[in-house]
Amino acid sequence: MPASRLESACAPNAAAVPLSLYIHWPFCVSKCPYCDFNSHIAGELDEAAWLRSMCAELEHMARIAAETLSTDKLRLETIFFGGGTPSLMPPKIVSALIDKAATLFSFANNIEITAEANPNSAEMKQMESFHSAGINRLSLGIQSLHNEGLAFLGRAHSVDEACNALEQALTLFDRVSADLIYGLPEQTAAEWQQQLTQIIGFGIQHLSAYQLTIEPGTIFHSRTRAGAILTAEPDHVADLYELTEDIAAAAGLPAYEVSNYAAANNQARHNLTYWQSGNWIAVGPGAHGRITYPHQQKRRHFRLRRSPGGWLNDVASNGHAIEEDRIEAACDMYEEYWMMGLRLVKGMPLTPPFFAPDIALPGSVFCLDAEWQARFCKEGWLIEEGGCLKASLQGRMRLDYMLGKLLG
Amino acid sequence: MIEVLETHCKLVYLKAMTDLDKIRNFSIVAHIDHGKSTLADRLIQDCGGLSAREMSEQVLDNMDIERERGITIKAQTVRLTYKAKNGETYVLNLMDTPGHVDFGYEVSRSLSACEGSLLVVDASQGVEAQTLANVYQALDADHEIITVLNKMDLPAAEPDRVKSQIEDVIGLPADEAVAVSAKTGMGIENVLEKIVTTLPAPQGDATAPLKALLVDSWYDAYLGVMTLVRVRDGVLKKGMKVRMMATGAVHTIERVGVFGPKPTAVDQLGPGEIGFINAAVKTVSDAKVGDTITEDRRVCDDVLPGFKPSVPVVFCGLFPIDTADFPALREALEKLSLNDSSFSFEAETSAALGFGFRCGFLGLLHMEVIRERLSREFDLDLISTAPSVVYQLTMTDGSKRNMHNPADMPEVTRIRSIEEPWIKATILTPDEFLGQVLTLCVERRGEQIDLTYAGSRAMVVYRLPLNEVVFDFYDRLKSATKGYASFDYQIDDYVEGELVKVSILVNSDPVDALSMIVHKEQSEYRGRAICARLKDLIPRQMFKIALQAAIGGKVIARETISALRKDVTAKCYGGDVSRKRKLLDKQKEGKKRMRQFGKVDIPQNAFLEALKMGDN
Ligand SMILES: Nc1nc2c(ncn2[C@@H]2O[C@H](COP(=O)(O)OP(=O)(O)OP(=O)(O)O)[C@@H](O)[C@H]2O)c(=O)[nH]1
Ligand SMILES: C[S@@+](CC[C@H](N)C(=O)[O-])C[C@H]1O[C@@H](n2cnc3c(N)ncnc32)[C@H](O)[C@@H]1O
Ligand code: SF4
Ligand SMILES: [Mg+2]
Repeated sequence: MPASRLESACAPNAAAVPLSLYIHWPFCVSKCPYCDFNSHIAGELDEAAWLRSMCAELEHMARIAAETLSTDKLRLETIFFGGGTPSLMPPKIVSALIDKAATLFSFANNIEITAEANPNSAEMKQMESFHSAGINRLSLGIQSLHNEGLAFLGRAHSVDEACNALEQALTLFDRVSADLIYGLPEQTAAEWQQQLTQIIGFGIQHLSAYQLTIEPGTIFHSRTRAGAILTAEPDHVADLYELTEDIAAAAGLPAYEVSNYAAANNQARHNLTYWQSGNWIAVGPGAHGRITYPHQQKRRHFRLRRSPGGWLNDVASNGHAIEEDRIEAACDMYEEYWMMGLRLVKGMPLTPPFFAPDIALPGSVFCLDAEWQARFCKEGWLIEEGGCLKASLQGRMRLDYMLGKLLG
Repeated sequence: MIEVLETHCKLVYLKAMTDLDKIRNFSIVAHIDHGKSTLADRLIQDCGGLSAREMSEQVLDNMDIERERGITIKAQTVRLTYKAKNGETYVLNLMDTPGHVDFGYEVSRSLSACEGSLLVVDASQGVEAQTLANVYQALDADHEIITVLNKMDLPAAEPDRVKSQIEDVIGLPADEAVAVSAKTGMGIENVLEKIVTTLPAPQGDATAPLKALLVDSWYDAYLGVMTLVRVRDGVLKKGMKVRMMATGAVHTIERVGVFGPKPTAVDQLGPGEIGFINAAVKTVSDAKVGDTITEDRRVCDDVLPGFKPSVPVVFCGLFPIDTADFPALREALEKLSLNDSSFSFEAETSAALGFGFRCGFLGLLHMEVIRERLSREFDLDLISTAPSVVYQLTMTDGSKRNMHNPADMPEVTRIRSIEEPWIKATILTPDEFLGQVLTLCVERRGEQIDLTYAGSRAMVVYRLPLNEVVFDFYDRLKSATKGYASFDYQIDDYVEGELVKVSILVNSDPVDALSMIVHKEQSEYRGRAICARLKDLIPRQMFKIALQAAIGGKVIARETISALRKDVTAKCYGGDVSRKRKLLDKQKEGKKRMRQFGKVDIPQNAFLEALKMGDN
């Protein structure tokens, strides 16, 4: 990012409160059959209206953050353009939003600004302007390095395009991440191993490997209900998961979250904000934000209108499209703390950072079920160490089950 | 109260009682679904009891569950007026009865209030097991019987074949059977004429001391405790002080009425009449069915014979899924028993299921009906254990005890012998299925008593252990005969048997709700079958599950369910948190439907499904 812009923002201040910003772009070229994200096939877009509205909502969010955190000294640590397909965004909007953010917040010196990108040649042409706008990290939705896999997943790109995109991204951006999906029917361990080795071989510093999940409301879901088998056998998927962990670690990208692998100092800081129950604000259709009130054991949670048209209307009339804005009770806050935090390989402190000992709460609110906790520790699935609780590899594989018991 | 009555029941006062010779009382009896209630509809309609607007199909089946299943569970009484061809006007008291064997006590009560019966036979199906059972009951009650061939509109109706069957199998003359279609209304007039010309008028003395039979009692939300009575002698009037001879209780009559079919108040009920009374009776149990009602200041000489008490023969445990619902379940059972005194319940605790009730029923359908009413009318989610019969244990010290629940079985070393109830079953089947029926009966330890043919139908009479019948006999009989066989039974006697208790263990924890008493020879097969079935029913879990069947300490069957290794949401970022939270909440909700055994959760339906071993 141009140095001048950093300087123009308020000078970094030790007392400033760290914050993350998520920006959602809800449009895609086509709808993938497994995807349940808030994504729509774009028609004609009124670019000016989107630019205006996103900037307006960002301004509103800055006010909300300041009001909730009782300070206007806010420092952006990360910005994330997610989708949908943000690589389809007019670069003008990307740049306007980053500029706008710079006027509203101070930027951390090492601010991480990520964009998700689909590895289509057309979109990759825009990446240079994305880089000049301030994007310094690119997350590429490769999904598969096999054309059969890409076809099965209904992707709009080919393996060649994906490889070109990876190379291009690596020359443009300091930090590049790739997404892969595994657990496709009939996928062999050898084939998956080959994909992993190949993709890491490109020199990426970060990898997200997601087990193919059949999400309600998707085409894959209705096909599954009609009897189609679209995923691999559960036991085999468990093998693939263990394999991923081994191969990534051996290649210098150890796991740091359930589905994420990174080289040293290359973890996605934006996503860590989510997993560590940090503060983030959001702009764009269907996005969510969370801000913890300082020293109050409660958290603010807001959600923006999901449909792109409705979102535009709401912002036009109210300056924002907040559809839900509520305060989460302490018990929900702690539940989420563990739900997200145990996904991390290093786990989370047994006493959450926002725990306020001066506010009386019933003990059960932030405690996990002691009997199950002990049982899982004995099983080797949970590990208590240095005041932290974390899940082992075997534990992470069974995390949803454990959470059901621990938080039940 | 009267206001309530007027709005809800359109109370109309009728005048004085009817001459004896202008009264005809009859029950409608038949096998299930042969058209009793539909015939009642036509009779009500022809006599103008209800207007076309008020009429619906099987109008007397007014409980939701009756309407939904298309069966009659509770007998219903209707008073009709009929202007006969001879110019006279008659009062007809019609009692529609249930056809299913479980509700046979309803039939016997109705019979005792009448002088005659309409025996309805489906002209396309012919004589079935309950046709026989009911006609014999009617003959025992000294009834004059009018045979009605129903469903004549069906192309498959074979009146001649069915007539000769009635003569051969039942031994009743059938040449005068009235052919009708309760659906189209054909022949209904003939039935009415036949009723007034061939059924005897009731007898009785209006001047004698009051003597009335308490036929039935139930609770009505608007009218309170309703008592159905048949007056033999004397007159029942509003304001009269009556005495229940068996209980000795004295009550003042607050209202006298008849069902037309709507409850309608009348001044009095005389000899031969059937109607209801409301007295200041608080609970239904104060109005004991079968009791004789008399006037307190002028007591009659002798009591009426009353009824054989109905004894529950099938038992099961009912447990609330949510343990907090236990008091609600108790209240619901108490409320239901107000209208159905034939089921019993007592509190029970199960290690696996928590607090619940052990309930006794007259049969499997009765059990199903009560269970369904509990969930439907009281919104209760229940787990029920497998049905069991009552065993009589003789202990080594010579003492005797009844056992309603396999979980209660004492140490084998303390038991000298176990006796189990046997039934006498009558099965009618098209002869092409006879082989399968006999095989089934033999498999179920049956002993043949009789085998006769009537045309192309065979009638087999078998003695069978009841515990083999409550298992899945009906389902098997149905599938073996494509639904063409019919079945009826009576409890016969208790016989000593080589019976053992098979326990089911999940990860070494006994699941008391799944333990069962079976004949020794079948124990291994049944144990294996349950383990195999459970293996299919219990979803794989994060821990390995060992399933075992055991007799005492000896394991007779085992299965293992291997552990799942992965259960984690692949993607979880800012927006996904809320969704994941919802999933977690759902998981918590689902837990209510699970029972925990050590580290594993068993879904409740695994219990019931495991015991339904329909096909082998
Ligand atoms: N075609 C035809 N169907 C009939 C006739 N009478 C009754 N049905 C049908 O037979 C079925 C059973 O009739 P119900 O009147 O409920 O029989 P039910 O004997 O009262 O049955 P339960 O009370 O359960 O023993 C219903 O579907 C009726 O519509 C008839 O004369 N012709
Ligand atoms: C926000 S999504 C989509 C980003 C971008 N539009 C794309 O498709 O490449 C981020 C990632 O989630 C993963 N994903 C989406 N749906 C999935 C599913 N049903 N199962 C597994 N992974 C999924 C894909 O790897 C995808 O790259
Ligand atoms: S491109 Fe990405 S966001 Fe769009 S539909 Fe496909 S997976 Fe979903
Ligand atoms: Mg009926």
